[in-house]
Parts: sequence; structure tokens; C-alpha cells
Amino acid sequence: MNDLSHLRLDFPVLQRRVHGKPLVFLDSAASSQKPKQVLDVMDAAYRTYYANVHRGAYLLSEESTAAYEQARGKVARFINAARAEIAFTRGATTALNTVAFGWGMDHLRAGDRIVLTMMEHHANVVPWQLVARRTGAELVYVPMTDDYRLDLKRLSELLDERVKVVSFTGMSNVTGTMPPVAEIAGLARQCGSLVVVDAAQLVTHAPVDVQQLGADFVAFSGHKMLGPTGIGALWGRPEVLEEMEPFEGGGEMISDVRLDGSTWAPVPHKFEAGTPPIIEAIGLGAAVDYLDKIGMESVRRHEMELTAYALSRLAELPAVRVFGPAEVDHRGGVISFALADVHPHDVATILDQDGIAIRAGHHCAKPLTRTLGVPATARASFQVYTTREDVDALVDGLRRVQEVFRVD
Amino acid sequence: MSIEELYREVILDHYRNPRNRGSLDHPDAHAEGTNPLCGDELTLDLRLEEDRVTDVAIQGQGCSISQSSASMMSQAIKGKSTDEIRELIATFKSMMDIETAPIQAGLDPDRPGAVLGDLEALQGVRKFPVRIKCANLAWTTLEEALRDQDD
Repeated sequence: MNDLSHLRLDFPVLQRRVHGKPLVFLDSAASSQKPKQVLDVMDAAYRTYYANVHRGAYLLSEESTAAYEQARGKVARFINAARAEIAFTRGATTALNTVAFGWGMDHLRAGDRIVLTMMEHHANVVPWQLVARRTGAELVYVPMTDDYRLDLKRLSELLDERVKVVSFTGMSNVTGTMPPVAEIAGLARQCGSLVVVDAAQLVTHAPVDVQQLGADFVAFSGHKMLGPTGIGALWGRPEVLEEMEPFEGGGEMISDVRLDGSTWAPVPHKFEAGTPPIIEAIGLGAAVDYLDKIGMESVRRHEMELTAYALSRLAELPAVRVFGPAEVDHRGGVISFALADVHPHDVATILDQDGIAIRAGHHCAKPLTRTLGVPATARASFQVYTTREDVDALVDGLRRVQEVFRVD
Repeated sequence: MSIEELYREVILDHYRNPRNRGSLDHPDAHAEGTNPLCGDELTLDLRLEEDRVTDVAIQGQGCSISQSSASMMSQAIKGKSTDEIRELIATFKSMMDIETAPIQAGLDPDRPGAVLGDLEALQGVRKFPVRIKCANLAWTTLEEALRDQDD
């Protein structure tokens, strides 16, 4: 057993009680809690050296700039990339919009195809819809198989010279499915397509090495990986970043501004218009340090064990139906389920009374929940601080839901 | 407040056996309501004869609170005049409102629009603020249907 339970003490909020019960936080896929190592670094930055970055010729600004750029380096090393290949963004959503608009508006035209999958989060659907509407490109979706995997056969059939973009999630935030990213990227590149990976979930649940993925772009958020909100990153292949136009204009992203036009700052700064979320970036750097110390291999092992345990415990309740792959090597620690005819919001309200926080709804992935044949699902999701005791509390809580709703 | 006070027997009954389910041919009033955050959906058809609701049909999906509220509402408005229904809407909404709920105690029980009956089972929802919009969905949809009627 790969025991990480000692980490719980690092997360102040996990010590609190909810409705008189100890908090059992099972909504980390929506946003993770933060360890004191992250909170302390952010607090110290504001208290001791905060100033704007990349401009002031004075010590505080130099210190701020150094900390901000060091954070970029940490994030880069975390996914085995170079520092200049990481553009800080507001989150995965902004990163994906940057690619869809920055790359898509210049490269897509009527008749081109954008291939997405049925298990995308709205953040990897709507930007492409907006760009498709403006360019006349067509959206095509890869379906899922009956066992909640991506239908790779269908994907291969779809790939032809019309396909200019293949953009897909590295791990579904609903079913937990982890498609074979490198294999898909390889197929897509064979037909000359750009490859974009939404790694918002993947990056905090498994080791990510961009040199192995074979993608052109990888997008993720800080707040799902123990860091603060308001910060995320876009990794891009250097030559693609170099060629791509900025999506946002403003201060900091320019080299020179004249009345008749401007030139851009070098990559990655041309993608960082305006004062960036400085302290959030520094906080993300601290979150990466924290995860590095545990080791992402260890995080993945912990999660596979915990997911296998949760799936076996949920199987004790015949009224529970899980929407996701059964084998833990094809999935991460995000478990969507239904409990008989009880609506997920009712499940969530009853669990909340026992201090258990889960998500109920469509999880910002309406095309997928529709495919599952339900209007909404209940979802329990894990992080490094999640324990078997949390899973046990969930199962006990679900028994209570069964009592209240008189489910046999 | 225990969870059983929220999920009263009558609520579970209306959730599992919703009344007045379906749609009407050529309804006199119609409205659709959604709670985008939860995904609760409701479609409401009304048959009106001389300003009185003679038939109601509801379709939709959602949690026990939104669906039982719709089911109980459909029973409560059948046979009532639109004026009485408007008063009922106000009575229901005041029950759902933490500030105005106590005013209810002073309502005249002889006025049809002031009597909630089974709907009072939903007052437990007030203690669960995020669920109030679930209980209100049917009622805002009803308001919408009647507003279109006025146009």
C-alpha cells in the first residue's frame, strides 16, 4: 500500500468540520484543496517582496520577477519541457481559447475538420465551436465505446487530410477515462493534424512528459493541482508557439508599439498580455514543488489503489451504477455514478449532511452526460490527500441516501 | 434540522408518482423553465377557461425537490382562477423566503390562494439555501406561462 495519508495534515481545510462532522472532501476534480506549503509561499510573497514583474528597476520587482520566472521553470520541468515553452494563462480554459483562436483563426477554413471527442469538458468544445463558426470549419466527435473508452477504431476512420486539429482530454472529468494520448497523437500527426491535449485532469493524476506525448499543445490549470485559481499554463511545441499569433494584446506582450502596428515580445511573453497573476504563478510553482516531492509516479499509484478500492466498495451497493472504465489502468480517480432513481442533487444534499462533499450535475460536459443517458451524475473524485476512510464514509453515506429514499 | 424533514414522505411520493404528467394539445398557456446549473428542466401546459385553469400538464426532469414541487403545484392550481393562482405563487414564494416566511402565519385560511396544503411539506427546503431554486422552478415557470397569457 502506497500510503499518503500523512499528507492530510498539510491541508488546513481538511481539519474542519461540516454540519458537525469531519469534512470528507471528494470534489477535487472540480478544484483541489491547497497545502500550507502553497498558502505560505503566496502569503510570504505578498508580505515580503511583492511588486509588478518585468518592469521595475528596483529590488522588489527584481525579486518578484525572479520568483515568477522560477515558477515558470518549475512548471516546465514538471512536464519535462523548456521554460520558454510555457505560457502562463488564467487556466486551462484560457489556454485552450488561446490555441483555438490564436492558431485556429489563421489556419482553419471552410471544409477543414476539427476532431474532438464525446468526453470533452465544455472548455474544449465551446472555443472550437466559436472558431468553427467564424472559419467555416466543421466539428467531428469521436464516440465512446460501451466500456467508456475512446473508440480508437472510429478515430482512425475519421482521420483524413481534411482534419486540421485533433483536440482531446487526457483524462475525462466525468468517467475518469484516460485515453492513450501518445497513440492518438501519433495517429493524428500522421495525417498532418495539430494535436491539442486538455490535461486539466491528467496533469494532477499521472506523470506527464510532453516529450513522450507527441502533442503540439498541452493545456492545464493550477487550481486542480493543489495550486491557486486564476493561473494555468499552455505548453506548446517551440516552432508552433513561435508561429502562432497572440490571442490577447496589451502591455508586457509587445516588443515595440507604433501607431501603425506593433511587434511582439519573444515567446512565451507574447502570450501574456497585461499584468499576470504573479502570486498565483508563484503559488503554482509551490504546488509543483509539493507534487514533485511526493512524485507523480507515487501519486498515480496511490490513486490507482484508491480507485480500485472505491470501485470494489461501490460494487457492494447493487443500486449504484458506475459510469466509467472498470480497469484502473485506463482511468483516474474520478468516479461518476447513479444511485437507483435518486437524483444526484438529492444524493449530494444528503451526503453533505454527513460532511461529505461530492459534485452533482453535468460536470460541464453535457454532450457526455447526454450520451450516458442521464441528465446528471453524482461524482466522487480523489487527490493525494484522499484516503480509504473517505471512501468508507462515502459508502456509509450512500447507504443513508438509500434509507432516506427507501431504495432496496 | 434532520434530512428527513427535507425529504418528507409526501415529497418522495410526488417525486416517484408525479401527478398531471404529460402535455396538452394546443395549450392556452405554455412555458419552459430550466436551472442551468443543476440541469433541472420543466415544461408546463395550461388549459384556461374563462380565466380559470381547467387542466395542467407537466413534463421535465430533475431532483426530487423540483419535480415534487411541480407535481404538487399542478394539483394546487387546477380549478383556480388566475388571480387565485397569482396569490398562491406569492404565498409559496414567501414560504421559500427566509425573511418573509413568518408572515404566512397570518394568512386568511378562507382564501384559496393562501392555502398551500401539501405544498407546506416543501418548507424544509428553506434550510437548504442552494435547493430553494429547485423548489421555485415550477413556480417561476408558472409565472412565465401566465405572463404570456396577459400579453
